Amino acid sequence: MKGKRLLSPIIFIVCWQILTLAEIIPAFKLPSPAQVLLGLRDLIQLGMPPGHPLLYHILYSLERVFWGYSVAVLIAVPLGIAMGWSQKIRDVVEPLVELIRPIPPLAWIPIAILWFGIGGTAAGFIIFLGAFFPVLLNTAAGVLAIDAILIEAARALNARGRDIFFKVLVPGSVPSIITGMRIGIGIGWMTLVAAEFTGVKQGYGLGYMIMTARDIQRPDEIIAGMLVIGIIGLGIDSCLRLLERRLIRWR
Amino acid sequence: MALSLELVDLTKVFTASGPRDSISVFEKLNCRIEKGEFVSIVGPSGCGKTTLLRVIAGLEQASDGKVFLDGTSIDGRDPRVGLIFQEYALFPWRKTLENIETGLEFGGIPKKERRGAAMEYIRNFGLAGFENKYPKELSGGMKQRVAIARTLITNPEVVLMDEPFGSLDSQTRNDMQQFLLDVWQRRRDTILFVTHNVDEAVYLSDRILVLSRRPTKILKAVEATLPRPRDRTSPESNHIRRIILSLLSTSVMQ
Repeated sequence: MKGKRLLSPIIFIVCWQILTLAEIIPAFKLPSPAQVLLGLRDLIQLGMPPGHPLLYHILYSLERVFWGYSVAVLIAVPLGIAMGWSQKIRDVVEPLVELIRPIPPLAWIPIAILWFGIGGTAAGFIIFLGAFFPVLLNTAAGVLAIDAILIEAARALNARGRDIFFKVLVPGSVPSIITGMRIGIGIGWMTLVAAEFTGVKQGYGLGYMIMTARDIQRPDEIIAGMLVIGIIGLGIDSCLRLLERRLIRWR
Repeated sequence: MALSLELVDLTKVFTASGPRDSISVFEKLNCRIEKGEFVSIVGPSGCGKTTLLRVIAGLEQASDGKVFLDGTSIDGRDPRVGLIFQEYALFPWRKTLENIETGLEFGGIPKKERRGAAMEYIRNFGLAGFENKYPKELSGGMKQRVAIARTLITNPEVVLMDEPFGSLDSQTRNDMQQFLLDVWQRRRDTILFVTHNVDEAVYLSDRILVLSRRPTKILKAVEATLPRPRDRTSPESNHIRRIILSLLSTSVMQ
């Protein structure tokens, strides 16, 4: 079973190596897997631009994602629960959400730069926008999907309003909250790279790194950077999946 | 531990959009259930048995009339009235022990104390070994025992049960009836038990209220004063069953 799952990536890498070795695709456009590995070594040891090693790019990017995402979750989860709980709150908040949500997070980049200047704050804001709506809407949908009989059962056990809120609505919507958080972090991580394209003052960030590698014609380092971005994204999702399994064993 | 329950002119009307569209569910129901009495309600489906329990439990408002507990009128949700649902309505994210503790937790009982009380129910209700299981890991009979424990642990003065064994297979159902009788004979709760199963009503109750079709009235209160343990197939049981079944069939014919 494990072997089968490795099959398609291996075939992919072999084809890639053959195409580049036979020079069907020129190396300045697509370097071979081996060259990409060397590029990765350069990113780690020398850095891109030189003196800016990969580890720092990763840490800066993660920091921006952490802030943007945390603020998004901290606002979206309580607001989402409130929206699911009260028709009134839903009626007030929903039109604004429907108005803002279709604007792609990346379309916010120019105004974000105007507001926050070129730098990490603007990037963090874009990540916030990308993560906010999936978390909000999934949380609200999760509360709405809670079986009404559970709320009645709580009332029949003499629950007060806040018992129903904290001991029925909150735990009952955890699965949807985590689904929203997984979608949110995915979108947040995707928007990060683009947000960092616009330049970040500190000269650090994975998006900034691969854009710089393009400026000085290092496709091996671009692809190595892309792989790092993908692997970190996968790692974050795995962490959330682990959290999901721990928190909703009852399902 | 138990109080009498009295319904006086209790009426429930559902109003859709205007008085013309209103549907009378039950009209001027009057009855008195004595302290420690086990009373069942049977009636044609759709006659509003569930709505009646929901009104007594305060989950729905009566359109008219009053509910009295030990002679004093209650309004809305009263903590002295417990309700057990057919669908169990256990909290799926809570383990058996935590489900049983819920009512005490809402009542602000300290954790240690409520854990001790819940463990006693775990032992007495044949749930030992399952205290840390989630509801999805329990059988139907076990789930309903958890639900009954969860309500009884709050010591309600009146226990309302809405077809609690309706979704169990017949063997489990018989076992659960016996179990409920054992619990009741120890505690002597005042129980109002809704069922559509006449056999069940005759096996369990002191008295059976037979309801008509909508607008629902009490056709008759049938006494079932047979000694317990009862024989489900005895001539006396059959006799009572026949009375109830004929009441129900005339009600449907009308």
